[in-house]
Amino acid sequence: MYSYSDFDEAFVRTRVAQFTQQVERRLDGSLTEEEFRPLRLMNGLYLQLHAYMLRVAIPYGTLSPDQMRQLALIADTWDKGYGHFTTRQNIQFNWPKLPDVPAILGALADVEMHAIQTSGNCVRNVTADHFAGAAADEIADPRPYAELLRQWSTDHPEFQFLPRKFKIAITGSPNDRAVTKAHDIGLRMVRNAAGDAGFEVMVGGGLGRTPMIGVTVREFLLEADLLPYVEAVLSVYNTLGRRDNKYKARIKITVHETGAAEITRMIEERFAELRPLFGGNDMKLLEEITAAFAPPAFRNAPTDAYDAFYKADPTFRAWADTNLAPHRDAQYAIVTISLKAHGETPGDATSAQMRLIADLAERHGHSDLRISHEQNVILPHVHKSDLPALHAALATAGLATANVGLLSDIIACPGMDYCALATARSIPVAQDLATHFEALKLEHEIGPLKIKISGCINACGHHHVGHIGILGLDRAGVENYQITLGGDGTETAVIGDKTGPGFAYTEIIPAVERILRAYLALRLEASETFLQAYRRVGMDPFKAALYGSEGAKDAA
Amino acid sequence: MSRRFTPKVVTANLLREGDVVYLTTDDRWSALHQDAELIDDEAHAQMRLLHAAAQKLLVVGAYLADAKPGPKGPEPTHFREEFRTRGPSNYNHGKQADLAS
Repeated sequence: MYSYSDFDEAFVRTRVAQFTQQVERRLDGSLTEEEFRPLRLMNGLYLQLHAYMLRVAIPYGTLSPDQMRQLALIADTWDKGYGHFTTRQNIQFNWPKLPDVPAILGALADVEMHAIQTSGNCVRNVTADHFAGAAADEIADPRPYAELLRQWSTDHPEFQFLPRKFKIAITGSPNDRAVTKAHDIGLRMVRNAAGDAGFEVMVGGGLGRTPMIGVTVREFLLEADLLPYVEAVLSVYNTLGRRDNKYKARIKITVHETGAAEITRMIEERFAELRPLFGGNDMKLLEEITAAFAPPAFRNAPTDAYDAFYKADPTFRAWADTNLAPHRDAQYAIVTISLKAHGETPGDATSAQMRLIADLAERHGHSDLRISHEQNVILPHVHKSDLPALHAALATAGLATANVGLLSDIIACPGMDYCALATARSIPVAQDLATHFEALKLEHEIGPLKIKISGCINACGHHHVGHIGILGLDRAGVENYQITLGGDGTETAVIGDKTGPGFAYTEIIPAVERILRAYLALRLEASETFLQAYRRVGMDPFKAALYGSEGAKDAA
Repeated sequence: MSRRFTPKVVTANLLREGDVVYLTTDDRWSALHQDAELIDDEAHAQMRLLHAAAQKLLVVGAYLADAKPGPKGPEPTHFREEFRTRGPSNYNHGKQADLAS
């Protein structure tokens, strides 16, 4: 993976030193909270409901075992022994104390990590397909491009005070696992007619209070044009973006108000100006970065032990069926370690689990780790012969839950258990859904299903693109949960449809059960997934299940 | 007739630790909601809020939260404030753990 250059190292260390002094000045009264707030946010430090929260970037979701161990050390030394992995491929520590934060940032810098640009109106952590460099369907590893974008956007003087935050996602596969269509810029690798690899560029996607699917402004962009083109998009947005109204400041509104054709024209015009200014150093840099992402030396060894174990052990087989994905080397598999054990908090890992995962990555996974936006940990390169031993080791630490892609593999934002912006809780809803359907033993019968829960309209839990989306709101001083159906976060992205009136905290689990029982009753065959069935029959049968036949009429 | 004033407490987070605290009648910051001064006069509430906001080395983000009288002292009326009195629901962390020990 990429290692910091001297420049990166000096930059991060300087920021730690600056922030150390800023904290000192806040604590001795030289800085007021109004003065200090933007400084702490620039370094990822929020004040939440019960405590401070430090958000640390995991660029394009890639971690080394040493970095994972350092996160465990931070959790033990300055927090409560765990961390929360988020849908933005970040990790959040929920209990740091202000005087300790400089030391935490120092500890992060020791392993080439930081919390810079994890808040504020700048280009945030660039996210990527968590199967990057391993997926069987991949055209190229998207991470070198993500790293190039990270270096270009870090402290970029023109883009530190954008109208609003800006999120870029990139995938190297035509199958989109990075929700690129719900980002300010989505980059999806494709081939043109000549067979060259390049990017489809989508702009103006986003969830939140005004959910929108990105529009394609360029069907095919050459790799060499990536930086000038992205800079052109940012530049047009920086000029047009609505600084007068926070709720209209994201680029999705700019695209919507300007029109796709006109904004495409403006981007192309700006691109024509910028392109000649890029003299090729960006491509030289990309070449160096790409070398750092060279694939590991894959082992060539028999896989019969795996096949035999798969046949013999039903527990292992269940796990292999849900938690493995095809690797581009047929002897290998991509392993998703579920952080969704039934009843646990989605995305949380204890320090002991982090250390075990780091050890296992070294022992069985070519020392490569990923964090997915679905709040799981990925070992992208595991030789199949190692899988039985890996599974056994994971099971000792509650990490062998066989539920990836199933009902209990729920995305949930921290919600009102932590977040100061939240309007309702998300975590206990996720916990209760998982344990409820586990008790009913229905999860495997229901099959592939993505439930996503947000505790407020800002949609950190991606509820709009959940097959079943749940949005927690405050309705007259009571938690109330609105349901959407049919959302999809892949290359066929769709925003889900609202079912109708919301449900109280105690009613939301039974409501989801009614939806799923209706699905089981109406599906044509076991292989018809919930999403396929919804697309076939539409909302009405589910509305009837939720509200009764009269309610369905009223809501319609 | 003017609208009736909903009683309030002054609440904030400690600058250093981030913990939720409540302003008491005798100008202390308590971790317990029931220790808070229950304010039923709007003008007095504004004065107390100003007093709280001036303590820049102690607390951050002071605001007035709705409350009601209870047998042991003021109680929150909204679920958000109720959560702030105890901590998250997924772990025994925050006040529910700190105050029990």
